[in-house]
Amino acid sequence: MSESSSTPDAIHSDAFLARLMRDQLKLSIACALCFTVALVALPLLNYYQPAFMAQRIFGFTLTWLILGVLFFPFVWIISFVFIKRSIALEDAEAQAAQDGLTK
Amino acid sequence: MSPLLAAAGIDPWIAVCSLVTVVITVGMGFWTAGKSKSAGDFFVAGRSVSVGWNASAISGEYLSAASFMGVAGMVMATGYDALWYPVCYACGYLFLLLFIAGPLRRFGAYTIPDFAEGRYDSPVFRKIAVCFVLFIGFFYTMPQMKGAGTTLAYIFPGLPYWAGVVVVGAVITLNVSLGGMKGITLVQAFQYWLKVFAITVPIFVLASLVGQYQQHLAANKTAQETVAAAPAGIERKALPAKAPTDEAWIAPFGKLTTKALDASIIAAKTPEAKAELEAHKKPYSLLYTYSLIIALVCGTAGLPHILVRFYTNPDGVAAKRTTMWVMILIGVFYVFPPVYGVIGRSLTPELYDAVGSKGTDKVVLELPTLLAGRNHPLLGSILSGITCAGAFAAFMSTFSGLLVSMSSALAHDIYGRMLKPGATPEQRLKAFKWSALIVGLVAVGLGSQVEALEINFMVGQAFAIAAASYFPLLFMSVWWRGMTMRGAATGMLIGGLSALTAISLTSISDVAVAKAKKITDAAELTAYWADHPLAKAIADYWIAHPLARILCEQPAIWAVTLSIILMIVVSLWTDRRCKHCGEPIGSCPVPADVRMKMLVLHAPEALGLKQEYIKEHEGLGGH
Repeated sequence: MSESSSTPDAIHSDAFLARLMRDQLKLSIACALCFTVALVALPLLNYYQPAFMAQRIFGFTLTWLILGVLFFPFVWIISFVFIKRSIALEDAEAQAAQDGLTK
Repeated sequence: MSPLLAAAGIDPWIAVCSLVTVVITVGMGFWTAGKSKSAGDFFVAGRSVSVGWNASAISGEYLSAASFMGVAGMVMATGYDALWYPVCYACGYLFLLLFIAGPLRRFGAYTIPDFAEGRYDSPVFRKIAVCFVLFIGFFYTMPQMKGAGTTLAYIFPGLPYWAGVVVVGAVITLNVSLGGMKGITLVQAFQYWLKVFAITVPIFVLASLVGQYQQHLAANKTAQETVAAAPAGIERKALPAKAPTDEAWIAPFGKLTTKALDASIIAAKTPEAKAELEAHKKPYSLLYTYSLIIALVCGTAGLPHILVRFYTNPDGVAAKRTTMWVMILIGVFYVFPPVYGVIGRSLTPELYDAVGSKGTDKVVLELPTLLAGRNHPLLGSILSGITCAGAFAAFMSTFSGLLVSMSSALAHDIYGRMLKPGATPEQRLKAFKWSALIVGLVAVGLGSQVEALEINFMVGQAFAIAAASYFPLLFMSVWWRGMTMRGAATGMLIGGLSALTAISLTSISDVAVAKAKKITDAAELTAYWADHPLAKAIADYWIAHPLARILCEQPAIWAVTLSIILMIVVSLWTDRRCKHCGEPIGSCPVPADVRMKMLVLHAPEALGLKQEYIKEHEGLGGH
């Protein structure tokens, strides 16, 4: 177990790990928040605005349309954005770390 | 042959479609058996499965009897609230994607117990983690077995429920012990596409003949409407007394979430007591809904048989891409089962009156046969044959996946690591086959007991246990450096076991109550309850305390919180670091090389840290 004490390079530094985890966690939490807000809000809307949520749209009630159909593409969009950003973030981190090593 | 089948009440088309599915599944298992030689092939398919194959295979494994039959049955039985199940089954993958998929794959272990041991350097923790693979696995196999029993009883009308469970259990156990996971990857991927075909084609044909999804939905009047908004020509049969009313069925906070309180209201003695309970109905329903959402979303990220598949990705980026494709593949699928439930409510309301394997859980199989009565006898038979084939694919693929992960836990973790650490690969392979047999037998035994419970409900409970045990473990281990082994173990064990206990209490009383309902004679009923004092005491307690019943039936809201709080508190309590350098002291419970472990979890593969980590551990006598 020599990595933590004897290698002073950039990759093994505490600062690198902290930044790595912070950046990725920030992105994950931002995406999770979008999703969580929707999950929390829909039952609340059903609870406080039942008449509004029961209005008919193409034969569906509004709340049925949201939960039974629209929720799926909503989550696909979040996951697509996350994957794109997260892969870009990883590439940037790898690049930055390698630049740090060659300096 | 055909008149013979007809005499026995068996539709030849349905029998043939089902048989073909079984033969293809078993055949593929045999075909690939010759190709999977090494232990690595058996456990994680040589870690070389491409994104497309793996996403199809994960989806194939994930879409179980609950998705194929249970969701439709539950939407028909309880209405809007049941929609949370398909939505959260699919969208729960987002949490997995955001927090767990990439890091978990990078860590490079075969199973979740491997991860638990590797992250905390603790063989004891492995033992605790293995128990949960088995707990969750068995809870998840029970509904698959109910799916098998229901489908076979539908195809062969004279066949008892348990016989279907035994036949399907035996076929799959044989298949898994011959093919292992490599065989299963191919079979699972094929079965995903079969299931999508089987759920979509019949419903498109059916809807074009009997009316669309939204038209049948519009036939149900909301509380705000005076007459139903359905267009002319939408046929609807009269609902039996047991069916929920239109207003309760189409609106949120219906039968699913108010069941516990409804039972208490019926039992309440005074009008005041009834009125007081009525006032609690909506807030309790909201609580139930949130607890259900937490169970399903967090549970998806903690299912061992799904998580083990992420190790078959070549790297962390592929693991993330796979997760996104899984969400798309299963999301597309999940739009359709509720359509069967909605049309089934209009056209096959007689299912509300039936119980057990003849109830609403079989609406997916039953609905296409309606076409036979509309001058399309052949079409009705073929479409019903297709949905039966899909149902077979559903419970066979999920049961196979569960069997692989539970047998791996037994063979790899208990036999290979605990009982006989020096076992040769051949011995481990043999242990895998024996484990599959043992797990298969237990699953069949348990499955034959649960005819009275709804398929989808049982799967939801397996999710709740996963949500309170594995999800907090993985989430916290990946993102918090300060977590100690004792913290992780305490949280997972207490959170998971309390969810398991709460759920078992509700299931025990539900099975007993369902049996009691079949007894018509009063004296016999008294004798039955005298024989089952525990179930009677629990059932009476639920009537008196509906809130306790809701919190035990859907324990995620408190169990997940409890598990995470325990992890944090116990970790902080057991973690003592040197004040001067910040490093753990002596045999401190935070692993000494936690920084390196976190780097392996989070750093991009391009940096090559994993090789470094593995080499280091090999130098220390193996990881």
